[in-house]
Amino acid sequence: MKKENIDINQDYKYGFTTDVENIRAPKGLNEETIKFISNIKKEPTWMLEWRLKAFNRLKSLKEPNWQKPKYPKIDYQDLYYYSAPKSTEGKPKSLDEVDPKLIETYKKLGIPLNEQKRLSGVAVDAVFDSVSVATTFKGELEKKGIIFCPISEAIQKYPDLVKKYIGTVIPLSDHYFATLNSAVFTDGSFVYIPPNVRCPMELSTYFRINASETGQFERTLIIADKGSYVSYLEGCTAPMRDENQLHAANVELIALDDAEIKYSTVQNWYPGDKNGIGGIYNFVTKRGACRGKNSKISWTQVETGSAITWKYPSCILQGDNSVGEFYSIAITNNHQKADTGTKMIHLGKNTKSKIISKGISAGYADNTYRGLVDINSKATNSRNYTQCDSLLMGNKCGAHTVPYIKNKNSTSTVEHEATTSKINEEQLYYCNQRGLNQEEAVSLIVNGFCKEVLQQLPMEFAVEAQKLVSISLEGSVG
Amino acid sequence: MLEIKDLKASINDKSIIKGLSLQIKAGEVHAIMGPNGSGKSTLANVLSGKSGYQVTGSLIFNGENLNSMSIEDRAQKGIFLAFQYPLEIPGVNTNNFLKTSLNTVRKARGEKEIGTLDFLKLVKKKSLELGIDEKFLSRQLNVGFSGGEKKKNEILQMKLLEPKLSILDETDSGLDIDALRIVADGVNSSKSKSNCFLIITHYQRLLDYIKPDFIHVLSNGKIIKTGSSDLGIELEKTGYANLK
Repeated sequence: MKKENIDINQDYKYGFTTDVENIRAPKGLNEETIKFISNIKKEPTWMLEWRLKAFNRLKSLKEPNWQKPKYPKIDYQDLYYYSAPKSTEGKPKSLDEVDPKLIETYKKLGIPLNEQKRLSGVAVDAVFDSVSVATTFKGELEKKGIIFCPISEAIQKYPDLVKKYIGTVIPLSDHYFATLNSAVFTDGSFVYIPPNVRCPMELSTYFRINASETGQFERTLIIADKGSYVSYLEGCTAPMRDENQLHAANVELIALDDAEIKYSTVQNWYPGDKNGIGGIYNFVTKRGACRGKNSKISWTQVETGSAITWKYPSCILQGDNSVGEFYSIAITNNHQKADTGTKMIHLGKNTKSKIISKGISAGYADNTYRGLVDINSKATNSRNYTQCDSLLMGNKCGAHTVPYIKNKNSTSTVEHEATTSKINEEQLYYCNQRGLNQEEAVSLIVNGFCKEVLQQLPMEFAVEAQKLVSISLEGSVG
Repeated sequence: MLEIKDLKASINDKSIIKGLSLQIKAGEVHAIMGPNGSGKSTLANVLSGKSGYQVTGSLIFNGENLNSMSIEDRAQKGIFLAFQYPLEIPGVNTNNFLKTSLNTVRKARGEKEIGTLDFLKLVKKKSLELGIDEKFLSRQLNVGFSGGEKKKNEILQMKLLEPKLSILDETDSGLDIDALRIVADGVNSSKSKSNCFLIITHYQRLLDYIKPDFIHVLSNGKIIKTGSSDLGIELEKTGYANLK
């Protein structure tokens, strides 16, 4: 009988490096570095002061270590905190002025930025290491009063909006990595949707790490004003290297009365090689505040990359009748590790939350779902539904579910369901007998397992994500 | 079309099939009957290429040696197994599964892949022919299907894939008369000069509707008796015990 071991030659398509001359801040985490970043971004004084406040706070914080995936100590003094292609100095005004090498890089990544070729219906902000190199459809969006630009530009052009909202969902002193980000963040996207505007296209940011020995500290801030709607998607990739690189992002979402934000992530950072060498440490803080009544924030994430993924996109349900959702697929193969989940904090009345988590482990990987559902005493008639399913492939990987539930309100209900299953040999046999080979069968079964989450993705990206799910598991069944 | 010579199969060193020879020619329908544990399902599994068995002897299908061929290669070459317990695959739409399967097999036969619209037309036609309610096609594959629906789904797949050798592994067990008739009609309407059938069953019941050319009695891993379709009727009266 056939029992061939398919060589685990997991081709990471995005592992190339773009050869450009960089401007970098000197290595090390100190006030000079922070001033360098603030200065090169031409920030107002208040922003620099805010960063320094965070830096001071950081000195008294310790790196958390309660997470399941452990990692060797990171030497924060041996990192670059700012690296940007020299050609982006003085910020190109239009796409024609962007270094063709950068345009070519994004083209290779499947993100054409050129006017003629760009994806229709999707506006893209392209972030390369510490700087945004281009943002498409800005003009069209401006006509509707929508602001979609790099956050460094927003700090200069819309300081009042930024000042009003930044750090209000993730406070300066939140925890080690969030505070580190507040001190040294470089670029990310800023979105503001004015009242009663439905954003006519998908907004997306593509994060690319290119330079070595460099940390990427993304900062994204999205505000949906009263009665507005926006769907936002981020994607990310990095070169193949045998060092571990840190990506520590802060993402804050704010939904006012009757507003809705749909935030999707397709995370495909370099996962390391099959022996667990290299790969990105993806330590990210994502939090959304449903500040207004009837507001809604929905997180969807497809996490296939990174050596370690450590993040809990969360919702603070302040407004009455507000809704929080979290749909997640976390795939770990070879030596990848993930500790991910969500927090749903119910504060308002009649607030609802839904958590659907699908964890898939293969090879020697370890996958943990960790989540908190916290229903405050004032959150009457609130509801949560949680479903966590884990799928194991092979017998050397692990899956763990760690749910925390706090319900302080007797009129509220919390439901939790969890399953763990192994990929079923009989199911594979059945598919094989219908002519499908092993890879096709695995892909079919896993995509079926993830379907509830994949369905949440914007159409333009669902097909890509489906392929990514299959590719991430290639060679995982011998 | 299929030639089995001195087949021996064991699982975890436990020998189950102990020297079985059988020849099925194009256009023929063979039935295998026998008591529980005689090796009927093992025979079906071994023919389909399921892993986990140690197999010796020769299996020749259309002049090709099956022994080292993978499950999917055998399926693509026209071996179809209607499962005794069809598997549930959550989240996978039945129509999509059938289309994927059909296109894989068509590709292997050197035919053009079928598009979605043509596929839907085809599957509708085949379900109508079988008298199957096509509603279940939009549901998840076998999930929440009744026992009868699962078996009908197997027969529908057989009709769609047009295999050369169809093995029905106790497809009749647990079926009511109407469902049984659907299964039998499925076989009878698919019969041609260029395909053949191997029907594994416990009971004569199915064979009232499908007239096999030969009935073999399998006991303790060997064929102990071969006869015409009358043999089934005889067995129904006397039981297997008297044959030993």
